[in-house]
Amino acid sequence: MNARPDNTSDQLPKDEADLTSQVNTVGSVGVVTPEIFHFPEPLTLECNRTLPSFDLIVETYGTLNHDKSNAILICHALSGSHHAAGFHSADDKKAGWWDNMIGPNKAIDTNQFYVVCVNNIGSCFGSTGPTTINPDRVSSDEHHLDKPHTSDHNEAQVYGPDFPLVTIKDWVKTQAMLSDRLGIDIWHAIVGGSMGGMQALQWSVDYPDRLKRCVVIASTPKLSAQNIAFNEVARQSILSDPDFKDGRYLQAGTYPRRGLILARMVGHITYLTDDAMKAKFGRDLKSGKFMYGYDVEFQVESYLRYQGERFSENFDANTYLLMTKALDYFDPTRDYPAAVATESTEPLVPLEDSIGASVEATKKATQNALEETVTAIDEGENNRQQELNALKAAFAHTQCQYLVVSFTTDWRFAPERSQEIVDALMATGKPVNYINVDAPHGHDSFLFDIPRYMGAVKGFLTAPFITGSLPKNSRGNNHQKTGARS
Amino acid sequence: MRMDHQLAERWIAPHSHVLDLGCGNGELLAHLQQNRGVTGYGLEIDEEKINDGIAKGLSIIEQDLNDGLARFADNSFDTVVMARALQAVKSPDVLLLDMLRVAREAVITFPNFAHWQNRLHLGLKGLMPVSEALPYEWYNTPNIHLCTFKDFEQLCAKHDIHIINRFAVSDSEKGHTTLMKSLIRQAPNLLADVAIYRVTKQQPK
Repeated sequence: MNARPDNTSDQLPKDEADLTSQVNTVGSVGVVTPEIFHFPEPLTLECNRTLPSFDLIVETYGTLNHDKSNAILICHALSGSHHAAGFHSADDKKAGWWDNMIGPNKAIDTNQFYVVCVNNIGSCFGSTGPTTINPDRVSSDEHHLDKPHTSDHNEAQVYGPDFPLVTIKDWVKTQAMLSDRLGIDIWHAIVGGSMGGMQALQWSVDYPDRLKRCVVIASTPKLSAQNIAFNEVARQSILSDPDFKDGRYLQAGTYPRRGLILARMVGHITYLTDDAMKAKFGRDLKSGKFMYGYDVEFQVESYLRYQGERFSENFDANTYLLMTKALDYFDPTRDYPAAVATESTEPLVPLEDSIGASVEATKKATQNALEETVTAIDEGENNRQQELNALKAAFAHTQCQYLVVSFTTDWRFAPERSQEIVDALMATGKPVNYINVDAPHGHDSFLFDIPRYMGAVKGFLTAPFITGSLPKNSRGNNHQKTGARS
Repeated sequence: MRMDHQLAERWIAPHSHVLDLGCGNGELLAHLQQNRGVTGYGLEIDEEKINDGIAKGLSIIEQDLNDGLARFADNSFDTVVMARALQAVKSPDVLLLDMLRVAREAVITFPNFAHWQNRLHLGLKGLMPVSEALPYEWYNTPNIHLCTFKDFEQLCAKHDIHIINRFAVSDSEKGHTTLMKSLIRQAPNLLADVAIYRVTKQQPK
């Protein structure tokens, strides 16, 4: 296998993962040390709640050039972190989650670019989130110093379930604040896969003049009802675990391990494909025969439990809950309500025509039944058109060039969802590239070293700007003008 | 640059919005963008060519032309270009009409099946033609709907497609004498191996 996946999604059996990580140390950024940036100012979130201050934990690779024009921001996915590439110590065997993408001479070439990866707030890897200290709780505890602590002092003071629900837009805002701190006015590119792709897309909408290129991989313009349904199953697994304790498990000295394992098992199924599972496990039995019980029997069960257990050891349940909500809420069109002209289907009838109209009514009723069927079909098309119009409105002011990548076997965020983004960008005359990469790994494909995919990313990031392809105000207008002829 | 590309360029207005169907490595699109300030998209299915186009800084979309142009709204482009791909799609007639729905004008080039070399191949040798413009064997050719200049013009007439300009060239024309060039203009269906048409469905002003 020429690929090595995300260290937090862990698709490979342990021995295989170790083997490939050794192979990949060639061309690595080497040992990296994360850095924490403290932001003392209050941050008001989309949910209207305010964090009094916050920290961002960040890793950087490569060197920022003198005019600060070679910076690339990496946005992580649901289970990801700031540790995208390299190793944390000389004997660290596990490279960052996108080490096959980022490094010297790799698709995102650290010889050429200064790469920044930030852990988002609400996560559990060092940026402010449910597992970090809640300043409100510290001050309230000071008033009740006599109150006995049920657990470790620090654990009693963490945000836990009190951490506000954050959105993709909130994350982008904090990333923009980090950009200011780093002195980066314009990113050479912002790159992300899955939920990371959503952040990249949101960046292009919210801060159109602060990025030149936007790479949106295995992503979607918004979650479908089915996507939300899977997330809800994951949340309910956690919420219904008796050890969840309304999210105050750290204070209670418990941990909703079973809930988190179950949530990850469900999620993991959606990252893979039927074919990939068939190839990897088939119906293989662990002991070679039916045991007629509920212990692990099929290899696929063993694999899923192993993945769930590994995940539950390294992830926080409250973080998982709020991350899935951030996914569900994602909608870059929210601030750009498209002017949808809903024409009345009932024409106004003058009074004198009302008698004639009543005669017509009987005739109409029979016709209506037929028309309803037609309407149902039309409605699907109308919805599609409305979605497109909303996206067009959101993208109207973007100024960057896009690369959109999907994978043929991804059914979590299928190629059609990426194409919605592409269609809306083309309809607004924006520069966009699109590739649909044939890969067997489902949604997880974005973490694999697929030459064609890596080649496209590399080519896009290093391509010259052709004058004609530069975003120009006039072009969007031109295009709208031509569109108006239809 | 290829002869048909050079000619196609003449018929594309500066700063217009162009869709290039089967854009290959984006050679024509890159030329149009750099020299004529044209904007637009290239559609291609060959993975390597797509990556080449992306690395040129163009806007390349992976799409099979057989899936049609439904994703594009009516009149969303000034010109749609299709160089030597018409003969390789499943329904050239449907695609041609779709092209003239999304753009005001279409510039189309295709190999002429009635070229004398092809006639010679089939008529005298009894073999399917293999030539510079048609470099494939019958069993591996992507060219499933080959036609002649006359065939194409009949299709245009049938669908009320107006031919604004047409040009016949020989791929190896650069080496030809002026006499040979003028002969090609006299009897294109026999002597030219590549056709270039500029067509529209809208009424000329």
